[in-house]
Amino acid sequence: MEDFSQNPVLIQAKGLSKRYGEFVAVAGIDFEVKKGESFGFLGPNGAGKSTTMRIIAATLNRSSGEITILGKDPEKYGPEIKAHLGVVPQTDNLDNNLTVEENLFVYGRYFGLSKKFINGKIEELLDFAQLVEKRSVKVETLSGGMKRRLTIARALVSEPEILMLDEPTTGLDPQARHILWDRLFRLKEQGVTLLITTHYMDEAEQLCDRLMVMDKGLIMAEDSPAGLIKKYSTREVLEVRFGSDRNATIAPELQKLVERIEVLPDRILMYADDGEAILHLLKEKGMHPITSLVRRSSLEDVFLRLTGRTLID
Amino acid sequence: MHDSAVEIAEARREKLGARIYAGRPQVLLERSLLAFKNSVWIAVVSGFFEPVLYLLSFGYGLGHLIGKIPLQNGMIVSYAMYIAPGLLATSAMNGAIYDSTWNVFFKLKSDRIYQGMLQTSLGPLDVALGEISTALLRGFAYAIGFMCVVVPMGLIRSWWSLLAVPAAVLIAFGFASIGMGITSCFHSYQQMDFINIAMLPMFLFSGTFYPLTVYPGYLQGIIKSLPLWQAISLVRDLTLGMIGPGVILHVAYFVVMICFGLVITTKRLTKLFLR
Ligand SMILES: Nc1ncnc2c1ncn2[C@@H]1O[C@H](COP(=O)(O)OP(=O)(O)OP(=O)(O)O)[C@@H](O)[C@H]1O
Ligand SMILES: [Mg+2]
Repeated sequence: MEDFSQNPVLIQAKGLSKRYGEFVAVAGIDFEVKKGESFGFLGPNGAGKSTTMRIIAATLNRSSGEITILGKDPEKYGPEIKAHLGVVPQTDNLDNNLTVEENLFVYGRYFGLSKKFINGKIEELLDFAQLVEKRSVKVETLSGGMKRRLTIARALVSEPEILMLDEPTTGLDPQARHILWDRLFRLKEQGVTLLITTHYMDEAEQLCDRLMVMDKGLIMAEDSPAGLIKKYSTREVLEVRFGSDRNATIAPELQKLVERIEVLPDRILMYADDGEAILHLLKEKGMHPITSLVRRSSLEDVFLRLTGRTLID
Repeated sequence: MHDSAVEIAEARREKLGARIYAGRPQVLLERSLLAFKNSVWIAVVSGFFEPVLYLLSFGYGLGHLIGKIPLQNGMIVSYAMYIAPGLLATSAMNGAIYDSTWNVFFKLKSDRIYQGMLQTSLGPLDVALGEISTALLRGFAYAIGFMCVVVPMGLIRSWWSLLAVPAAVLIAFGFASIGMGITSCFHSYQQMDFINIAMLPMFLFSGTFYPLTVYPGYLQGIIKSLPLWQAISLVRDLTLGMIGPGVILHVAYFVVMICFGLVITTKRLTKLFLR
């Protein structure tokens, strides 16, 4: 794992909060993002991820607290900060009246870039987004995955230092997701700082150097994906099913065998460093689960531990 | 070497209004032209024909029954000549209103286009000015088109008439600005219908087809405060060569209207997309 701790700080938030009337969407959070890092916000619906992203992108004013992006306050230097950012919002906002190519062109013009520069850039970006054949097609007719790739390509037209991706792969099929991850990896290698929100564990593990687990506007934990698992879970998990009526009655028995269990509606999760050994022990004691599965701990387990809930309900 | 997005944005730091204005509303115009190229032409062309049809049916049809009209300055003109300036002003208005109301409303409601623009280093005033300019251009195009119909028909006599063209631009600017301002405050399609409801009576009663003197005094006052009457008087004064201080007042009316619309639009865009 690369170490970014010596890199300059690009984004710094202290006590950042956002209220909508009485409702608190972001409840006073602190975080720092370093140059070159890929930083993720992980959390369920309504956690406050998009709200935080929009505050960083200078399109939403905070209610209180401090935030600087490249040392500047977004409420004072909005346009300057936006010139450093590439923004991929949660819902695509492409220009439906224009073609793929025109979308890229016009977006570059919004930043004031020269036509000559943009026209050169378009070739590179069409290639990057694998949309060369679709260049003269109206965006209305693109598939969801193509639109998403175009939105990302569009965000890159101004050569941003920081790319902000709000749920980049939600709603895409597995293949489209992998293509996107691959593109994002390449950007990361080129030194672009990535800010990603997601509620997919695998995405967070794949893409992020460091993660902030959010729930109800608060930060529950912050570390690298591996660090989080190490801190909040065991190495392995044994998943057992005894049938929905027996699960609850047998749970106290199981609790005695490992340091922690989680009883879900359909199964029980037993946290242990060696799952096989526990399974063996179960059988020795005459407890025979209908099904059993030993797997490595994931961020899902971290989330369950931190919030008592699964991420995608 | 080209200027990067960051250099371009930083160059404006000390400028007045740098937080809401990036100094490039013309990029919105570029976008509109591209979108226009891809759009349905017929809708655009049909808007131009409306006043021409009025001119033909009222000016010539009705004009036969009405005969000559004496003006305040002693001139006697045909009915078609009398209504032509009113229809020119209406042309400019229609073009401007079309783009600045329904088109803007669709973008605000369903297209998220403005959200996309305002996540770049553009400011809300750029977007407002750029969109209003688009609407203005259409108003201008309609007015020019109308001129191309009425001049060969001999409906325009005075050299002052040439000034009717910049006047049409001013009128279109005013309507586009206020149209976008109002639209940006509306939330529902029902509210948008108010615009239609307001436009038709304004068109019929603002003195396009007959002088205001047929109304009682108080009603004259009300109609004179409406933008279409101001527009029609301005164009009529110019095309019929009735130049006086009235012209300055009409121009001032539109300058105020433009500023007012720009302020509202910029405020609303900020509220909707940048808070
Ligand atoms: N404009 C608004 N007015 C009122 N409440 C809002 C507004 N925008 C967001 N919220 C509320 O703030 C909370 C956080 O919203 P946010 O969009 O940041 O969540 P999120 O973590 O991005 O969720 P998701 O995974 O669903 O995108 C939600 O409860 C939402 O209902
Ligand atoms: Mg969100």
